[in-house]
Amino acid sequence: MVRMEIKDLNLWYGNFHALKDINMNIYKNKVTAFIGPSGCGKSTLIRCLNRMNDLIDTVRITGEVTLGGKNIYDKDIDVVKLRKDVGMVFQKPNPFPMSIHDNIAYGPRLHGIKDKRKLDEVVESNLKGAALWDEVKDILGQNAMSISGGQQQRLCIARCLAVGPEVILFDEPCSALDPISTGKIEDLITQLKRDYTIVIVTHNMQQAARISDFTGYFYLGSLMEFNKTKKIFTNPDNPQTEKYITGKFG
Amino acid sequence: MDRHTKDKAMKGVLWGFALLTIAVLTIIIGFIVIKGAPAISWEFLTENPLRSGREGGIFPAIVGTIYLAGLAVLVATPIGVGGALYLTEFTKEGRVTKLIRFGADTLNGVPSIIFGLFGFSFLVYYLGFGVSILSGGLTLAFMILPTIFRTSEEAIRAVPRWDKEGSYALGATKLQTIWKVVIPQSISGIVTGIILGLGRAAGETAPIIFTAAILNPIMPDSIMQPTMALSAHLYTLTSEGISMENAFGTALVLIVMILVFNFAVSFIRRRKAIRR
Repeated sequence: MVRMEIKDLNLWYGNFHALKDINMNIYKNKVTAFIGPSGCGKSTLIRCLNRMNDLIDTVRITGEVTLGGKNIYDKDIDVVKLRKDVGMVFQKPNPFPMSIHDNIAYGPRLHGIKDKRKLDEVVESNLKGAALWDEVKDILGQNAMSISGGQQQRLCIARCLAVGPEVILFDEPCSALDPISTGKIEDLITQLKRDYTIVIVTHNMQQAARISDFTGYFYLGSLMEFNKTKKIFTNPDNPQTEKYITGKFG
Repeated sequence: MDRHTKDKAMKGVLWGFALLTIAVLTIIIGFIVIKGAPAISWEFLTENPLRSGREGGIFPAIVGTIYLAGLAVLVATPIGVGGALYLTEFTKEGRVTKLIRFGADTLNGVPSIIFGLFGFSFLVYYLGFGVSILSGGLTLAFMILPTIFRTSEEAIRAVPRWDKEGSYALGATKLQTIWKVVIPQSISGIVTGIILGLGRAAGETAPIIFTAAILNPIMPDSIMQPTMALSAHLYTLTSEGISMENAFGTALVLIVMILVFNFAVSFIRRRKAIRR
């Protein structure tokens, strides 16, 4: 089932045409991976899905991105609500310099939950959801900057889950992590897709092959090929895709 | 001389300059302490001056300086911090922001006596505030505004982009992000700017001699009244040749006040460094 649809999407940074006529679907409860060499536009595209690019002054966008059939670039869209529905985990783990508990409670508090017991519940269930509860349940009051990078990234995932999204965007979530932490995040993503629709940008081809159901290969702002991951990695239609995934190019 | 000897010689010379810098500070403060300490007593700190300050204390001047510097900070802080927030969070970098920043830097370079003259003609006469704490405090506020503005701007700009993005990505509005992420992370820098402004406002003489300061030891009971102030009192004691001993005593009190502010700043900075 299609959850998000990208239709004729073009994006410019000033005069630079960074995304060119992108058309693709994001399927519900699947993991969709964006791969491609640096500068190909994959991170720019994922940031279009929750309108994170609104924060950059020089960006101009044409085309549509729909969520549940509704264009998220329509004038009457509430960006705050959109970002609640489409959560994001960033490349660099970016917990706020506050306690672990307050990091998770940040989102729910924004959206009006004040009851302390309710917040404690939210913190516990989402830390469990991000497979971090057992490691931090005794240090919830500690500053989130004091835990390891991999734990911080799972904390950011928990923080994202706590506002109740349906889609989660991962922008190279493992590029700053060691292989063991990376493995944990990958396991977690595989579990999360039961309840969430997931999009992930990755530089790591094996990672895309391991965890994604669909893969899009991008080059110089264009979507070169989009298909089931199995197909892309075994028998791609585009010879350039094959070159990239076999490491002959990129 | 071979190259290594030259190297050593240069290091020695530069070391000398570095030493000189700290020596100047030490000598000035040491001099003030030695010459001023005999004047300091409980009475000096708590009593009114007698015979134009030849005898008695400087209590009204201490209070007046606190009033003036306090009012200046109270006025300049919301304007400076608000302006800095606007520049960093609400507008695109462009011609207008450059102009505002250039304006602030220029304001920072305006000699304090010019502020004094402006305060005298605009606030005291044109607006009719008279020679008063209000006129002096506002004049000082204009003077320290760029300090607070620029320090706040730098502190706010230093808040990492990813922390703000993290907040927006959770569905926070701009106001929520500023309140919960930007301000908490830049508060120590902002406070640094405020305290630096406080120190400067307490120390300057030129902006207040025409706008606020008087020699009569009256305790003001409203901001529409004039007041004594440490810097102006010191100026009068010296220039009129009234009492060098008491002038140095006043100088010591003033310098201790400002040093306390500076220590507060470095304390805040250090705490911030540990936290991150």
